[in-house]
Amino acid sequence: MVLVLAIGDLHIPHRAPDLPAKFKSMLVPGKIQHIICTGNLCIKEVHDYLKSLCPSLHITRGEYDEDARYPETKTLTIGQFKLGLCHGHQVVPWGDLDSLAMLQRQLDVDILVSGHTHQFKAYKHEGGVVINPGSATGAYSSITYEVNPSFVLMDIDGLRVVVYVYELIDGEVKVDKIDFKKTATASTNPTD
Amino acid sequence: MISDGVEDEEKWLAEGIAGIQHNAFYMHRALDSNNLREALKYSALLLSELRTSRLSPHKYYELYMRAFDELRKLEMFFKEVDRHGCSVVDLYELVQHAGNILPRLYLLCTVGSVYIKSKEAPAKDVLKDLVEMCRAVQHPIRGLFLRSYLAQVSRDKLPDIGSEYEGDADTALDAVEFVLQNFTEMNKLWVRLQYQGPVRIKERREKERSELRDLVGKNLHVLSQIEGVDLEVYKGTVLPRVLEQVVNCKDELAQYYLMDCIIQVFPDEYHLQTLETLLGACPQLQPTVDIKTVLSQLMERLSNYAASSPEVLPEFLQVEAFTKLSSAIGKVIEAQVDMPIVGAITLYVSLLTFTLRVHPDRLDYVDKVLGACVKKLSSKAKLEDSKATKQVVALLSAPLEKYNDIVTSLTLSNYPRVMDHLDNGTNKVMAMVIIQSIMKNNTCISTDDKVEVLFELIKGLIKDLDGIPVDELDDEDFKEEQNSVARLIHMLYNDDPEEMLQIICTVREHIMTGGPKRLPFTVPSLVFSALKLVRRLQGQDGDVVGEEVPATPKKIFQLLSQTIEALSSVPSPELALRLYLQCAEAANDCDLEPVAYEFFTQAFILYEEEVADSKAQVTAIHLIIGTLQRMNVFGIENRDTLTHKATGYSAKLLKKPDQCRAVYACSHLFWVDDQDGIKDGERVLLCLKRSLRIANAAQQMANVTRGSSGPVTLFVEILNKYLYFFEKGNPQITSAAIQGLVELIRTEMQSDSTTPNPVSDAFFARTLQYIQFQKQKGGAMGEKYDSIKV
Repeated sequence: MVLVLAIGDLHIPHRAPDLPAKFKSMLVPGKIQHIICTGNLCIKEVHDYLKSLCPSLHITRGEYDEDARYPETKTLTIGQFKLGLCHGHQVVPWGDLDSLAMLQRQLDVDILVSGHTHQFKAYKHEGGVVINPGSATGAYSSITYEVNPSFVLMDIDGLRVVVYVYELIDGEVKVDKIDFKKTATASTNPTD
Repeated sequence: MISDGVEDEEKWLAEGIAGIQHNAFYMHRALDSNNLREALKYSALLLSELRTSRLSPHKYYELYMRAFDELRKLEMFFKEVDRHGCSVVDLYELVQHAGNILPRLYLLCTVGSVYIKSKEAPAKDVLKDLVEMCRAVQHPIRGLFLRSYLAQVSRDKLPDIGSEYEGDADTALDAVEFVLQNFTEMNKLWVRLQYQGPVRIKERREKERSELRDLVGKNLHVLSQIEGVDLEVYKGTVLPRVLEQVVNCKDELAQYYLMDCIIQVFPDEYHLQTLETLLGACPQLQPTVDIKTVLSQLMERLSNYAASSPEVLPEFLQVEAFTKLSSAIGKVIEAQVDMPIVGAITLYVSLLTFTLRVHPDRLDYVDKVLGACVKKLSSKAKLEDSKATKQVVALLSAPLEKYNDIVTSLTLSNYPRVMDHLDNGTNKVMAMVIIQSIMKNNTCISTDDKVEVLFELIKGLIKDLDGIPVDELDDEDFKEEQNSVARLIHMLYNDDPEEMLQIICTVREHIMTGGPKRLPFTVPSLVFSALKLVRRLQGQDGDVVGEEVPATPKKIFQLLSQTIEALSSVPSPELALRLYLQCAEAANDCDLEPVAYEFFTQAFILYEEEVADSKAQVTAIHLIIGTLQRMNVFGIENRDTLTHKATGYSAKLLKKPDQCRAVYACSHLFWVDDQDGIKDGERVLLCLKRSLRIANAAQQMANVTRGSSGPVTLFVEILNKYLYFFEKGNPQITSAAIQGLVELIRTEMQSDSTTPNPVSDAFFARTLQYIQFQKQKGGAMGEKYDSIKV
């Protein structure tokens, strides 16, 4: 059982002052094994904060990130799953699932995590799963109106991954979960 | 010489102790055989050792304690009348025959103790007699210890109300009178010690006096313990008499110690009710007395009193505590012209703490304290003393901590004036404290005038004060400062669009003075704050009948345009480009075609003229394409101009693979999946074919320059794009074309000159897998894919 935090598009300090207090109190060090971050933090302070939650921190570059050295894409293997990470402003049309699926094929991963639209999505197709953790601060987006702060926690256990999405709606944290199972031959099917 | 003196002192003390022990031995023998005469003789001899003038107070005390122990045994003997057969009245008479005055008085006090206990005479009479007799000893040290002995033995025998020694009076005034007299005489002796001895050992004298002070102070403690001393007695008798002595003795050491003693020893309730009297004594004290510490102590006690018993708060108001304290402080500061600035500020800090605890709702009081401080600080331009600076920071931080809501502190008119007197460095520190307070408490500042005050307060962060440039600053610190300001901007918000626009304008005015170093940090925050407002106004066009509504999206876009333009002074073309695109999208959503077009124009100009770095160009062009793809407000002409530019620049990127990718991204410009969206199949195909040509050229170049072909990734990407449009129903994309591409890729992969590449292999494999999957789907999709063989 490996816990992976997928988080991004915080846009601190350009579009938001800080993470919501309720999220901050939930995200404590030592509970998570990996953090994958879609990008647009945007400053070093946020990087350091995430690093303090978990030393295994993977970030891809968002177009507003202060640190230009983050890679455009990243892949990593956790347990039985291959994960791909990309901010998403590079994939036109923005938020288009078919285009993201192409990126997924290109990176050859089971799970693609990307952001940019600030809208939570968890989409399964025959090639795998595409996850968008949304914006952890509920930052303004030209693409999505009414952005609720959100992040995703993935529980990877063998061939199964449970995706928990945490959304802050009207001051309360709501949790939802989706199960995905991977067959040994690398194609993924959803189970409820 | 002094050291000789110390050695000699040790010798004398030893001699004195030996003398006491020697006579004590014989005294004990006399006591054992109930021989009164002998006992008196040897006790007198023993007490004679205390007649020495050669010991310092510290050593004298040791000698005194030995004698004290012996006197206890003697007292017990005196008490048992049947042992010595002498009535206490006669005994009282008898001991007065002792030869020397000091032993005589010690013995008299000892008998006096027994006399009172026997109740054969009223306690008050005996005590009165004793306290007056002690006048005979005027030597400071000897006198002090003698009277201290008197105080000790009489302690439990005072005619207090409710005590067995009360007598027929039902007040404790006699007891009070006794203690007051003893105190007064002791203080006089204590002060006299200062003038004894040659001037060159003045320092030592002061040290010795310090050692003796508790003997004097003890009396005040005793007074506070007397049951009969209630508020009336304290107010009417005790305090006036004590203060009289304190003022009249004109001695700095005594005055400081005794004022402090009064404050510590008597209950806070009494202080509150006698505030005027107590404070009235302060200006009458010697100018060298550290009265500010005394006042600070008093205020601290009263603050704690208020904090622990909130029910007494009305009393504070009733006695006008604040006014009295405030005026007393003012008088002291005025009187002591040599008081260093840190002293005055410390006093104001104490007063402010008091005010915040006792009258937190009286903002006018708080402001008054700050105002008084400003007046004092006005004598200097800027503070340089670091201790004083620290105190000023404490002064300014106190209201912030008390009223978690910064907005309250913003209403204090003197607050910014105090800040003005800080040096630049500390001013900035204070500004950060203010911002942190806002962030911590999640405070929202919602009116334009408060925003104005706030930005005045933090102006040290907003711009270069006094023209001193920011170069000297540590880079990390500077970034932290500016990022704090950026975050702060998001805490300024009002539901009412007019007010919000005002706020935005005010903020803009301030941050524009920040100069090129600060703009990249502050401008983005402002821009997004404004864009949020635009979104709120999207429905409205300012069409309210008859009214001029200033807050319209158009007006805000004008503001935005001017704001982003300022980034050219930094210069920050990449950031500005992104912000222009954001504005374009927002203008699109507001249906403002010319505005959106103008923003795109600005973005393109920046791209052409300022973005030189190839990597930056790639990102920038993708942002332009991505944004343009989402535009639905443009008419055909405008759209054509912009898409033409976009595709043109895509093809002109430096590296061929980048060109290829940007060009096929442009294909999406001609196909939008909405119901009204453009669906120009031909131009889509044109883009894809063009990108294919570029990919081919890239392969050939690789052949020539490296001797082997590059990876087939680009082709696979283009294949995926073909599949995308094929599925969307672009009639120009045929299954034959797709089949052709698949074959092309296969050929390339199998070619000798191609370097095998696992990444592109996997990509191709998954693409083929995808095609298979689509074929297996059946239905319309399956049909489409039917003719494609993998």
